Amino acid sequence: MSNATKAEPNRRDILFLATGAAAGVAAGAAVWPLIAQMNPDASTLALASTELDISAIPEGQIVTVKWRGKPVFVRHRTKQEIEAAQNVPLVELPDPQADSARVKKAEWLVVVGVCTHLGCIPTGHEGEFHGWFCPCHGSTYDTSGRIRSGPAPSNLEVPDYAFLSDTKIKIG
Amino acid sequence: MTGHSTYTPKSGFARWLERRLPILGFIHESFVAYPVPKNLNYLWTFGAILSFMLVAQIVTGIVLAMHYTPETTLAFDSIEHIMRDVNWGWALRYAHANGASMFFLAVYIHIFRGMYYGSYKEPREVLWILGVVIFILMMATGFLGYVLPWGQMSFWAATVITNLFTAIPYVGNSITTWLLGGYSVDNATLNRFFALHYLLPFVIVAVVGLHVWALHVTGQNNPTGVEVKDVEKETVPFTPYATLKDAVGLVIFVALFAWLTFFVPNYTGHPDNYIEANPLVTPPHIVPEWYFLPFYAILRAIPNKLVGVIALFASIFIVAALPWLDTSKVRSGVYRPAFKKFYWVFVFVSVGLGYLGAQPAEGVYLLAARILMAYYFLHFLVVLPLLGKYEKTLPEPRSIAASLGQAATEEKPHA
Repeated sequence: MSNATKAEPNRRDILFLATGAAAGVAAGAAVWPLIAQMNPDASTLALASTELDISAIPEGQIVTVKWRGKPVFVRHRTKQEIEAAQNVPLVELPDPQADSARVKKAEWLVVVGVCTHLGCIPTGHEGEFHGWFCPCHGSTYDTSGRIRSGPAPSNLEVPDYAFLSDTKIKIG
Repeated sequence: MTGHSTYTPKSGFARWLERRLPILGFIHESFVAYPVPKNLNYLWTFGAILSFMLVAQIVTGIVLAMHYTPETTLAFDSIEHIMRDVNWGWALRYAHANGASMFFLAVYIHIFRGMYYGSYKEPREVLWILGVVIFILMMATGFLGYVLPWGQMSFWAATVITNLFTAIPYVGNSITTWLLGGYSVDNATLNRFFALHYLLPFVIVAVVGLHVWALHVTGQNNPTGVEVKDVEKETVPFTPYATLKDAVGLVIFVALFAWLTFFVPNYTGHPDNYIEANPLVTPPHIVPEWYFLPFYAILRAIPNKLVGVIALFASIFIVAALPWLDTSKVRSGVYRPAFKKFYWVFVFVSVGLGYLGAQPAEGVYLLAARILMAYYFLHFLVVLPLLGKYEKTLPEPRSIAASLGQAATEEKPHA
């Protein structure tokens, strides 16, 4: 093109640079929606939180509620279940975690009902530790939802949740 | 226009690749070094504009297909879901719908350019026919796409167009039932229309590949209609000259596209398509999108069902016969003063048919449509063949260089 491009930058160079920069910004602005559209849409985000009335759950019962497409176990723990969970020495746990770190109020355990091994739904009130037992490969969880034996590597996940009142929790 | 490759690979990797799959050399030869007549005007940027629009429609279409549901009870709502819930969904939907309009606007300008400058003439007949094939595929794709939102216009357009096939004698009803997958436009139809709407754009890509290949074999036409004689004096390399000119044309085109999409996104649409399809209620005015209006006018101008359908298809196919209907030895309309007048009449007739396609098919509108339709066919079948024989043409320049006021390296008499 112009020989002057070898010497100091001239008007043409500046124009090319400015045009190129503007084109880059425009291209970015055009591409961004194409990528962003794959993020969860408003209808999915609306289902990102689930509220649950826990007043009707008697002691000892586990209620399963759907949250973000997955089951969540809400367990109204009995005194024995709470004590059993609190008295386990941490060294015995494959994934050591104190019960107090997994609950907000001791009588309510809220965990995601998906086995951390390969994703099956464990059965409540089953297994050696009276927590949950996963029928797929034999993972056994205790009354705090912690893995005790079996192939699962970690404890049942505790989702983000909060007590909106004494009778209502919001998960997610 | 193709000589031996002027491409020399600059890096080790480029040399390695070039020996195994010479794609870098191919790109260089086709879009960097490729010689382009230096007298092209901005009407020649529409090929690049069309390529951009094809990519834009495919990209926005695939992204929309991630959120659309092709089922009769869900389709309309899935479009509203896209408009309201999907991140940037409203922009993608409007871009795709208005992109279709812009795509057709560009293709009509592109076609009318070809008709004015004789770009369909020998040796570009195959290039022209491929272009007509692309145009037909575009119309099919646009029709299929318009059905997908499952609004009132979607449904009734599908009903009208699929009913065209019942005009075929003996086998018409069987063919139509086969097309519909049922006895009326219903879920089977919608589902298969979605599959085909996704498919055809890629068929278009393939035919565009052939179209550009055919173009590169003969080289581009230019406003004088006189072929390039001296590559040194009369052409410039595609990059940077045509690349940047295409970019400028594209920016202006996209500005119009953006205005439509962001400021008046429903301008070219029909409000009745915001009403969910109702098989038991026909809207008072069934109207296709604007780019089908001229052909719609021709279809309705003829009182006989079968002949109307034949006229509709004939009005499209006849364009493919242009290389043989136009008998003129002079290529470009620039040097054909009588042809110029008839050309602009033809443009007026085409636009007029478009206007009439949106009016009720009665009274003075119907009469006007019949007159204009008759002229449309006369233009191809009578005017162009006779013009070539009897018109007085202006002298063509000896060469492109001569037309630009530069002497060619050799003074040769114009063959």
